[in-house]
Amino acid sequence: MGYGIRLMVWGEFACFTRPEMKVERVSYDVITPSAARGILEAIHWKPAFRWVVDRIHVLNEIKFDNVRRNEVSSKIPSGNVRTAMKGEPVLLCQYASEDRQQRATLLLRNVAYVIEAHFEMTIKAGLADTPEKHYAIAMRRARQGQCFQQPYFGCREFAAKFRLIEDDEPIPHSFHRGEKDLGWMLLDIDHADGMTPLFFRANMKDGLIDVPKIESGV
Amino acid sequence: MTDVCLKRKIRNYVDIAKNQAEGFDIYVREGAVLNTQHRKAYSSAGIKPESKKLPKNEEDAYKVKNFMCKNFYDIRAFGAVMTTEVNCGQVRGPVQINFARSIDPIVQQEVTITRMAVTSEKDAEKKDREMGRKHIVPYALYRAEGFVSANLAEKTGFSIEDLNLLWESLQNMFDHDRSAARGKMSSRNLFIFEHETLLGNSPAHKLFDLISVARKDVTKPPRAYSDYLVTVNRTELPDGVKLIER
Repeated sequence: MGYGIRLMVWGEFACFTRPEMKVERVSYDVITPSAARGILEAIHWKPAFRWVVDRIHVLNEIKFDNVRRNEVSSKIPSGNVRTAMKGEPVLLCQYASEDRQQRATLLLRNVAYVIEAHFEMTIKAGLADTPEKHYAIAMRRARQGQCFQQPYFGCREFAAKFRLIEDDEPIPHSFHRGEKDLGWMLLDIDHADGMTPLFFRANMKDGLIDVPKIESGV
Repeated sequence: MTDVCLKRKIRNYVDIAKNQAEGFDIYVREGAVLNTQHRKAYSSAGIKPESKKLPKNEEDAYKVKNFMCKNFYDIRAFGAVMTTEVNCGQVRGPVQINFARSIDPIVQQEVTITRMAVTSEKDAEKKDREMGRKHIVPYALYRAEGFVSANLAEKTGFSIEDLNLLWESLQNMFDHDRSAARGKMSSRNLFIFEHETLLGNSPAHKLFDLISVARKDVTKPPRAYSDYLVTVNRTELPDGVKLIER
């Protein structure tokens, strides 16, 4: 696995929403491999390859906080948009005060992780898509703080700061000691198989979580 | 101050400033009753009937997205979720705003007030006035951090004009949002870091660190903007990044 990357990510807030508690969002204890992949993709991604998260280091103590916000309860009906596109008069906006929902979010505070990942080429890779090339691009962007869009921790309002951990640089010490069972966690959504969610039993050992390999393509 | 609170103010400002001009409509609105006549027919330029022949889903979803982006400022800026059969009707906007946090810990004050009238007739038999409470913050300076991704702007069609309107709204949003609860709020300083390249020339956190805010006299609680000192470290501004102060 010559083409690995180690990225340190940190931020003030994070919410990796548990799928079973989505109405009033409750975060997982730690970042999910799926969210970690999203962070890497925000820095560099092409259909020619896919990021595979190998390990996650949890550096900070797991702390929760509660935030309640006014949200709207519905989505834009695409049927209305099509009617409007035909030029017929239609009410094409949402009145927040009539469609209001108060929802709480149980989010994480002061998170810091190190994501260890590598990438694999996909069938969409062309002749010009060599692993070396994409590895070099990803490393350069991570080193210079460049990104396609600012990566985030679960929700876009919780921006993630990032920096590359160079090959000769040690991984910062974790707050956690001993073993901790984090229960069943989302591994990723398998887009190749009709958006099937995949789960894994997350076990944190001295702050380190080993991420199982996904057999099929994500 | 949450991200959604600030986005609400931006939407309201754009709504007032552009007065529903074409292309600057606001999708998520406040205050329905006064506005229910806001029923608009959108002319669908560029969409020809022969488009029906094309493969349904992706093409169609793309058109719906495009149409919404073209007409609504807030969708172009912040994105939106649209329901389609296939779960792809999502627009990610280029503008991303974090929670704004106060520089120093705040202490809320509870102010008890009275009203010389009562709510219901039943209450009137027992009392002739009611009491209420206001929670105020004597003074606080909040700092919000945000990002505009050029790559996503390209996808939603968020233009330079839109960007300037965003800056304008950030500067003026509180001037059109007066209420009994909010007191005197105002935007004090807007710092814009402009990168030379689409992908950015410096990590965001390094740029944010260039601006520090501190109290001039730490022994006294802050009560005015003049109690704070905002320092901008221009000497360490990386190459390829321009700092614009508005």
